[in-house]
Amino acid sequence: MSNDVFVITEHMDGKFSDVSFEMVGKAKELTSAWGGQAVAVVVGGGAASNIFASDATIHVDDAALSQFNPEAYGKVIEALVKEKSPRLVMFGWTAMGMDIAAWLSARTGKPCVAYARDLCIENNALIVNSQVYGGKMIAEVAPEGDMVIVACLAGSFAVEAGQGSTAATQIASPVALVGLKTKFVEAIKPAGGDVDITAQAKLVSIGRGIGSKDNVELAEELAQKLGATVSSSRPVVDAGWLPRTRQVGKSGLKVKPKLYLMLGISGAPEHLEGMKSAELIIAVNTDKKAPIFNVAHYGATADLFEVAEAMLELL
Amino acid sequence: MNIVVAIKHIPSIADDLPVKGNNVDFDSVDFVLNEFDEQSIEQAVLVKEAVGGTVTVVGVDVIGELDNVLHLALAKGADKAVKITGDDPAADSHQQAKWLAEAIKGLSPNIVFAGVQASNDLDGQIGPMIAAYLDMPYIGGVSSVEVSDHTATVNKEFAGGFGAKYSVSLPMVVGVQAASKPPRYAPISKVRQVAQMATIEKVAPSGGVSSGLSFKKMAPPVVTGHAEMIGGSSKEVAAKIVELLKSKGLA
Ligand SMILES: Cc1cc2nc3c(=O)[nH]c(=O)nc-3n(C[C@H](O)[C@H](O)[C@H](O)COP(=O)(O)OP(=O)(O)OC[C@H]3O[C@@H](n4cnc5c(N)ncnc54)[C@H](O)[C@@H]3O)c2cc1C
Ligand SMILES: Nc1ncnc2c1ncn2[C@@H]1O[C@H](COP(=O)(O)O)[C@@H](O)[C@H]1O
Repeated sequence: MSNDVFVITEHMDGKFSDVSFEMVGKAKELTSAWGGQAVAVVVGGGAASNIFASDATIHVDDAALSQFNPEAYGKVIEALVKEKSPRLVMFGWTAMGMDIAAWLSARTGKPCVAYARDLCIENNALIVNSQVYGGKMIAEVAPEGDMVIVACLAGSFAVEAGQGSTAATQIASPVALVGLKTKFVEAIKPAGGDVDITAQAKLVSIGRGIGSKDNVELAEELAQKLGATVSSSRPVVDAGWLPRTRQVGKSGLKVKPKLYLMLGISGAPEHLEGMKSAELIIAVNTDKKAPIFNVAHYGATADLFEVAEAMLELL
Repeated sequence: MNIVVAIKHIPSIADDLPVKGNNVDFDSVDFVLNEFDEQSIEQAVLVKEAVGGTVTVVGVDVIGELDNVLHLALAKGADKAVKITGDDPAADSHQQAKWLAEAIKGLSPNIVFAGVQASNDLDGQIGPMIAAYLDMPYIGGVSSVEVSDHTATVNKEFAGGFGAKYSVSLPMVVGVQAASKPPRYAPISKVRQVAQMATIEKVAPSGGVSSGLSFKKMAPPVVTGHAEMIGGSSKEVAAKIVELLKSKGLA
């Protein structure tokens, strides 16, 4: 076992995601207390990998890794951590990390903590704060054993602390990538043809609280009166009440409008990822314990329909 | 085609979540079907409708009330229901994944569906763990699935409308984010009817593993910032919001 911290970074179209830098910064903080190295791990080609503030960067490239492939990436990461035995392996709790972190845990028999939003060292042991139940609960857990896997929520740590210029060491895949059952077919690009919610100054954003497709009209009317556009949380889109282009959040779009007026959105971590830096956030929700009230600037425990209708009369 | 769907019963986050000891007090919350399982049941039934086969739903009966959601799944088009008599709300994800993997192995699946995640995980999602225990490939964040011959073609979402299409030789485990169509609705009358007719197969839990996590504490977040709350009736709230927006030049 070493005291190294491995950060599994992520990149798409040549660009690393912020969470990669965030984790490298956190890894440096942990290794400065623990000893050991903060190691950035880059899997796949097409991105300049000498941009981390890590103590070392390992870059594994192979033709089979040119696009994200959960099976191939999982095998490479498994082989690497088995060979190098780091004390901690950090993933982003992202579309990529979510496919691999728990899988690696089951493969290696090492513990995994998901939804992490903070890590610290107490008496030389790792303590992880994990945000569960849609953000309504924080669990504090102590993982046991000589190697731990932690999957971190994006936006938990500072990006700048992980930016640097450490030269990467290129290595060949530590495992043969033959006979894979998973094949990348093609990239999927966003559907166009709708308003771009990321370019709007004002958004009226609706959540599951809107209740039905028919009620979306009320939000449309309110938005029109405010010169705003209607956006939403994921369940509204999954139910088919609005097109995918209107979805804000982790698997949707990141927005930063002047006004984000939220009607019936609880404020799950996945939604917050897309809007928490909006300039003015106002949330209307019937649940006084809705996590959104810890993030919004103004809030009201009230029925969205009553509030929206009363606002329409005043505008 | 043997299609298996793992479904999970979890505390409703629409409720207050009282804490007992180091965890949520499971006796004083309502349990609901994980929202992504509703999507994954739909996706499984769509695959069955396209290529034929049977859909078997399986779950760990953590609080002895799983029958309700199994009946719901049957009313939405599943053919068979299996419950693992775990009856331990505190069983961690690794333990539940192991029990599920053992039970699923016995069903000889061609394809296994799980929800992409549930909101109450601590030690990671069960879908990829089942895949690891069964030595099958896993892809999560999936929003459409088509099956032909021994291959599944799945679309995985990244963010902002970007994604990727993969083809995977079966068997595999799919982590469903959303079905390719919004889930169908099963009227209560149909669920009741199913509940009277259905037989649910029981399987004893088998295989032991541990997550290796020890809880220190579970509590609502310590609030560092909080919204300034606007009080009063809905009309008053509306008036104050409008006033606020006007004062900032936003209305
Ligand atoms: C991998 C992954 C990616 C995801 N990506 C996204 C994403 O990009 N965007 C996203 O939004 N979610 C995403 N999610 C889903 C996320 O976890 C939550 O399920 C979702 O954000 C919840 O949406 P919601 O707040 O509208 O619904 P809920 O959490 O169900 O909240 C509805 C709220 O409405 C309130 N309400 C009900 N009726 C009324 C009323 N009459 N008046 C006022 N309030 C009312 C309720 O009190 C409740 O707080 C993702 C999940 C996963 C696993
Ligand atoms: N106890 C369980 N019984 C059946 N399926 C489960 C159980 N726990 C998790 N799952 C499956 O795994 C998915 C992800 O849940 P989780 O791993 O808890 O995030 C769920 O949507 C289910 O498909």
